[in-house]
Amino acid sequence: MTSTPAYQLTDNPKNPQPANGGQACGKVYDTIKPDNRLSIEKSAPGRRALKFKGRLKHTAPPVPEAMKRKTSPRLPELSEFDTVRHFTRLSKINFSVDSHFYPLGSCTMKYNPRVNEDVAALDGFAGLHPLASDETAQGTLECLYDLQNRLCELCGMDAITLQPAAGAHSEFTGLLVAQAYFAHKGQKDRVEIIVPDSAHGTNPATASMLGFSPININSGPDGRVDLEVLKRHLGAKTAVVMLTVPNTLGIFESGIESIARMAHEAGALVYMDGANFNALIGLVKPGELGVDIMHLNMHKTFSTPHGGGGPGAGAIAVKKHLDAYLPVPIIKKEEDRFLADFNRPLSVGRVKAFFGNTGVLLKAYTYMLMHSARELGQIAENAIINANYAKALLKDSYPAHSKEHCMHECVLTPGPEMTAQGIKTLDIAKRLLDYGFHAPTVYFPLIVHEAIMIEPTETETRETIDEFAAAMKKISVEAVSDPQKVKDAPHTMPVKRLDEVQAARQPNLRW
Amino acid sequence: MPKPEEARYTKTHEWIAFEGAEAIVGVSDHAQHEMGDVVFVELPKMSQKLEKDKPCTVVESVKSAFDIYAPVTGEVSALNTVVTGEPAIINQSPLEKGWLFKMKVNNPDDLKTLMDWAAYQEFIKQGVH
Repeated sequence: MTSTPAYQLTDNPKNPQPANGGQACGKVYDTIKPDNRLSIEKSAPGRRALKFKGRLKHTAPPVPEAMKRKTSPRLPELSEFDTVRHFTRLSKINFSVDSHFYPLGSCTMKYNPRVNEDVAALDGFAGLHPLASDETAQGTLECLYDLQNRLCELCGMDAITLQPAAGAHSEFTGLLVAQAYFAHKGQKDRVEIIVPDSAHGTNPATASMLGFSPININSGPDGRVDLEVLKRHLGAKTAVVMLTVPNTLGIFESGIESIARMAHEAGALVYMDGANFNALIGLVKPGELGVDIMHLNMHKTFSTPHGGGGPGAGAIAVKKHLDAYLPVPIIKKEEDRFLADFNRPLSVGRVKAFFGNTGVLLKAYTYMLMHSARELGQIAENAIINANYAKALLKDSYPAHSKEHCMHECVLTPGPEMTAQGIKTLDIAKRLLDYGFHAPTVYFPLIVHEAIMIEPTETETRETIDEFAAAMKKISVEAVSDPQKVKDAPHTMPVKRLDEVQAARQPNLRW
Repeated sequence: MPKPEEARYTKTHEWIAFEGAEAIVGVSDHAQHEMGDVVFVELPKMSQKLEKDKPCTVVESVKSAFDIYAPVTGEVSALNTVVTGEPAIINQSPLEKGWLFKMKVNNPDDLKTLMDWAAYQEFIKQGVH
């Protein structure tokens, strides 16, 4: 039996082609061995990273005999060096913000400044016990207090909680506050939440989770809330009008003041999903536009890692009339001391342990302190300019859903000459990987057929966006000259096109 | 099972057609095409009361999860449990083997308020989704 090597070194001068059959069309992983074995497949009996002397004494209560496992768990047995290599390799084949342009629309994958990490890792913060008394946690409490105030100022709101773990949890907390408000006012029959079809999908889901009835309304031809349609649905049953601003089409709801007026006249509250606040920061204060409740995603707008990079953190900011219902604790200042205030009888209670994801909040706080008020506005401006620049570069091959200028992200579609070849958005997304770019968000928003949603963020240079646009254009040419190549992409990744249908229909969740 | 021309259609792309006293409901061929490969189907409950235009169940494809709206008001009277085990049937045969549920219709005239085949074709052509 001849054994075929599992890989070939591609930097071998005699074999300049990537061993994995790559098309050498971009940043091919040609220095990484295509060794896709799992750690357990690299296991060798008895191999250890650490050896313990003697046996550990059992101090836990004994496990009942019937519950004891009959065979040892199957764990990878690797040396420390093998383990390091295994995970280093995985980190290298990973697409990440730190290695690749990552225009994942709606996710705000901006650069996460390292100074954030330094500050959050300071002993005084990182070493603080979650049960430490207020007296011994003054530094952390002061930072959180200052963060609360600064976020309120940016949003034009009166009070805030930093408890929620992330965006969807913020929505949940926000609607919980609205529910408590109406319950307290004796208006329990307000059970409907109006959500435009251009909102984040989590909005109607959140409404359902809290027992509200989500009322989906279609947006008008310009992608904005149709005020006439809204009017028809507003009434004595309406609790909240839930808007995403800018909406998922990357368009600012320019009628937001009218929407808020109409909602308030009907006795309802206005909730703003602020996940896209990166387009507004420093430019617009939602509180001044009539928003009663809004949430922020620290891990988007305020540059803390997300996705595989770490937990998020949310915040909900409210107007004065909703302050009393916010979850506990709220950080307060009394004379020159900071304290966690739990004495809030109308509060919805706790929604998260301790003080929320404090480490993430400290990173966001650092980010905020690194920018002046003017610079925070420039973040939004540059995010908007970058998105419009990408849109303009691609206008001939990828028509935009909306002809008007977008905010921080643009929604494009494959051009007619591409669709004529049967090329789908998914094919384009996969082919981009071959060119060394993370795919944009695809098939979202749902209201756009074959949507490609691109959010470059403000931290990308013009050169990077140029390179990305060049790759996108090249794909549009390939789609006509060699459509099969695009349909079969990716060609250069360690894993080729996955059968997503099979994976979803018959998931194999065990190895 | 109905011929596509015999069924009535909603703006949310469900089809409905009478079979005896009951009406059968499913998603249109256009809808299955737009959704892409269906990977999961949830069915309503037997005897569940359905209210016209209210979501009553969910079909999930590789792209997203889609609400299925009750085309008319009534009550669920039979379920096609085959589709839950084999969701691909919705793509292969949306108007025959891929029907979702049968219902007792409160007011049979309600069906006449829905689009007929010709109107539905026109509706699709306009690109209103």
